Amino acid sequence: MIITLIDIALLTFMGATALAILRLRSLFAVVMLSGIYSLLAASMFVALDAVDVAFTEAAVGAGISTVLMIAVLALTGERERAPSHTMWLPMAVVVLTGAALIYATFDMPAFGAANAPVNLHVAPRYLNESFAEVGLPNVVTSVLASYRGYDTLGEVTVIFTAAVAVMLLIGGRKGDDAGIKNEPADDAVDDADSDGNGDTA
Amino acid sequence: MLQVILDHYNYWIAILLMMIGLYTVVARGNLVKKLVGLNIFQTSVFLLYITMGKVAGGTAPILDDRFTVYSNPIPHVLILTAIVVGVATTALGLALVVRIKESYGTIEEDELNLLDGEM
Repeated sequence: MIITLIDIALLTFMGATALAILRLRSLFAVVMLSGIYSLLAASMFVALDAVDVAFTEAAVGAGISTVLMIAVLALTGERERAPSHTMWLPMAVVVLTGAALIYATFDMPAFGAANAPVNLHVAPRYLNESFAEVGLPNVVTSVLASYRGYDTLGEVTVIFTAAVAVMLLIGGRKGDDAGIKNEPADDAVDDADSDGNGDTA
Repeated sequence: MLQVILDHYNYWIAILLMMIGLYTVVARGNLVKKLVGLNIFQTSVFLLYITMGKVAGGTAPILDDRFTVYSNPIPHVLILTAIVVGVATTALGLALVVRIKESYGTIEEDELNLLDGEM
């Protein structure tokens, strides 16, 4: 019961934070709220038993993303212009899509159902056999590093590509005639590198 | 009725967050705000996956003699990868925003469209 209450409270806070992000015009407040939103998501993941996901989200989502965004705000200014007109077409598209998705949730298995299809295939095998086969108590680590090691290789490739692209875009242009100062941009490059290194370790 | 709400509340909030994120991306003109909207969308998908892996009465999938029921580890692994890829794409998007600011002097979509029309 108490778990259900925590679950509902955290989800409601996440909804309220997201609405505030949509409404606010001060981009500094928006970035800070997006850090809070990530932290709420991390708490939610702990309540849903995903502890590994929770600390990655807290470190990467609430930490590195927020630092990167603040570094960019220092270069681009922190006021958002008011929209010139009400956006009825996007609103209609979003409401229709949301209604269709909510209609679809009535075919989903109930929250926490042990006999949901997603819990019946492969997962029992990992839970029962991984200790004998890999020898680690943490099943998430066994699957990540051993059974699905190629996923992690692909992930490293993506991070490497993104780091190269960021360096090509804003790195190595010290002292040219760019209209704004270069130092904070170089900070952003360093951050992108360190997140790549930190997560592959 | 209450049971239906409790069974689906996580899904509904995930969809609400997804739609708020989508609306922010489409309807807001500031490029930084669009990226924050993209992050909201992304986290809502993480929430949807982790919700599907939760088993009632289960514990985190770390093997121990005192527990017999564990939540599903596979969504956790997939989302762990997705979080890291997500921050890589955010960094790339922010780098593009910095370049656009240098070249155009603004990151508001309306003004960028006007400037592109003049060129």
